[in-house]
Amino acid sequence: MPLLNLFDLQGYGHLLVDGVLITITVGIAAMAVALALGILGALARLSPTHWLRNIGSTYATVVRGIPELVLMLIVYYGGTVLLQQLLSLGGEDVRVDINAFLAGTLVLGFVYGAYATEIFRGAFLAVPKGQIEAATAFGMSGSRIFRRILFPQALRLAIPGLGNLWLTLMKATSITSVIGLTELARQADLIKNPTHAPFTVYFIVCLLYLLITAISDVVRLRIDHWASAGFRRI
Amino acid sequence: MLGGFDFNLVLSSLPELVVGLGVTIQLTVVTVLAGILIAMPFGVLRASPQKRYSMPIWAYTYFFRGTPLLIQLFLIYYGLAQFKAIRTSFLWPLLREGYWCCLIAFTLNTVAYTIEIIAGAIRNVPHTDIEAAKSMGMSSWLILRRITIPVAIRIMFPAYTNEVVFILQSTSLASLVTVLDLTGIARVIIARTFSPYELFITIALIYLGLTYLTLWVFRKIEGHLYRHTQSAGTKIIAAPSLR
Repeated sequence: MPLLNLFDLQGYGHLLVDGVLITITVGIAAMAVALALGILGALARLSPTHWLRNIGSTYATVVRGIPELVLMLIVYYGGTVLLQQLLSLGGEDVRVDINAFLAGTLVLGFVYGAYATEIFRGAFLAVPKGQIEAATAFGMSGSRIFRRILFPQALRLAIPGLGNLWLTLMKATSITSVIGLTELARQADLIKNPTHAPFTVYFIVCLLYLLITAISDVVRLRIDHWASAGFRRI
Repeated sequence: MLGGFDFNLVLSSLPELVVGLGVTIQLTVVTVLAGILIAMPFGVLRASPQKRYSMPIWAYTYFFRGTPLLIQLFLIYYGLAQFKAIRTSFLWPLLREGYWCCLIAFTLNTVAYTIEIIAGAIRNVPHTDIEAAKSMGMSSWLILRRITIPVAIRIMFPAYTNEVVFILQSTSLASLVTVLDLTGIARVIIARTFSPYELFITIALIYLGLTYLTLWVFRKIEGHLYRHTQSAGTKIIAAPSLR
């Protein structure tokens, strides 16, 4: 059966399963960083303080203008050199190896936090002003207004955008393979030669990413449904 | 950084980086042009209410938008060698070159996204515009040419601008398949000089400049497209958004 041969991984299949798990883990970790930075970035951009606004908009503008791969290389290789120089200042001469998982998570979180900033900014702005005024009239403090009025409603409005962010981020995790993280793309790279079947390997990897996308879509619909409880769909 | 940012190194690397920049721009321009030309007819078909036209195109765009560009590139660059028919074909001298694999992968990828951008825009052309054209007695071909396409181009323009910027940034992946684009050249120089900071930051700034230059040019074109409306020329240049 030539068609079945096309899907034969000669016993290396379990490595791809390991890769999927790491891909999902780094994706979730990076998403958490991105959400945190996104909320902070949006608050900075909307803050009345001038320099905070500047930091927020510089972050959103600069990061989105540089390829993820280049940022990944800067942090990983540049970071290694920087740490080495820092340590040698203290008189120590050691070889520094940055943890690939940490570097990958931070870079992806940092990059996608810039996109999340834009999503949250739009969502915060979309919450009707009258509600904030009403809350102020009730004597709520700024942080309480944020917690009880602004954030819960902004989150609902941000969910479609965040779902899209997640799907893009999951695909972007493949970039972490260049710094040696053994996620899906790196595992494929490792087994493409021993199997003598590079097309098969990469095609199956594609199907695995599609599977992640399909499952994410189902979850996204569920979350959307949950967050829109109490809202009429038009 | 602490040991000092070596500006002389950056300066002496510039001639090589300019060559790499040329490759980056070349990859971007060829991909953008090939992408829009191929995507146009399929985008129109994708918007067709007839499933037998739109479904196969949906399958194509689902695959290419649901998988990472990096994997698509490797599927072509490493994968094609698995098939003897391809290794012995007259196309092999091209297909084993990283540069050509990049052009193929980037184009296949952007075609998928552009098809959806075009189809989305066509679906959003106001019904009333088309009804008005029908009541004027225009043929369906004339309506497509005079109403649907021009209106759809205005609707899709911001999203398409974003797509072009995305391609520009994605070309950095070419460095992973031996292409000496801007990122590739930087990596070669770094392997020689062991100074990742200077070079990566330099090319990051170049990409940043290229991105906003592209956004600026497309904003100018957009202002031209919208010149009959009030919003012409009032918008500031926004950072690229998610694809």
